[in-house]
Amino acid sequence: MSIDLGSEAPSFVLPGVDGNDHSLDDYGDAKLLVVVQYCNHCPYVLAWEGRLMAVARDYAQKGVRVVAINSNDVAHYPEDSFEQMKARAEKLGFPFDYLFDESQSLAHALGAERTPEVFLFDKGRRLRYHGAIDDSRDDNAVTRSYLREAIDALLAGEEPPTAETEAVGCTVKWK
Amino acid sequence: MIELLYWEGCPSHPEAKALLERVLTEIGRDDQIVMTEVKSDEEAERLRFPGSPTIRVDGNDVDLEGAKSRPALTCRIYYLPDGRVSPVPSREQLEAALR
Repeated sequence: MSIDLGSEAPSFVLPGVDGNDHSLDDYGDAKLLVVVQYCNHCPYVLAWEGRLMAVARDYAQKGVRVVAINSNDVAHYPEDSFEQMKARAEKLGFPFDYLFDESQSLAHALGAERTPEVFLFDKGRRLRYHGAIDDSRDDNAVTRSYLREAIDALLAGEEPPTAETEAVGCTVKWK
Repeated sequence: MIELLYWEGCPSHPEAKALLERVLTEIGRDDQIVMTEVKSDEEAERLRFPGSPTIRVDGNDVDLEGAKSRPALTCRIYYLPDGRVSPVPSREQLEAALR
């Protein structure tokens, strides 16, 4: 069960593929923070990957930060190991931080269930949108871009037109 | 025989089954689809299940390259003709396997 809308972002300190540890406080300057439950091996993540990268690039200059979190059990899913995370981020040039939640504590704190699954926090780090990036894994069939709509609304001082949707994707691989 | 092996932890099998049924109808076949749920790592090993969904026609995987992946309870990765990633086979893969 994921955290409720309006809930405070859980704190974390996690290693990133850039070799640095990253904490919630490190993103304190961001107007909005997009936390995405993520991984390497899931076809749904891969299908949405380009669109998430585009969101990170398009909104970087507007004060929006995106951080992807991989919490999967690497013993059973070695494609999601920290080394494989580094390799994928380097290969694709991720425009967002990619952090390894080996203890799965952040995934538990968020109540994450799927990859990809979006948690959008406002400046006060309250949850304002939760769910899917948009309404289709097929980029040719997208009719609603939920995450972009929510970001645009919050940046304009308005309420997201849709605050919660169902995240469609692979399950988080719990230990 | 047409088999669709799936794992409930991956949400793609209803879409795969629907696509398979559409393709069967379009090419004029009325084969029954044998659905097999894979529930454990042991079953995945025994059934040589590289991920969900896996579709076999007369024992042959519709994606021979993907079939080489290690057996696992996971969502399977397919590639569409334009190179995009998909959690289900392409229509073209199914048509080629069924003709």
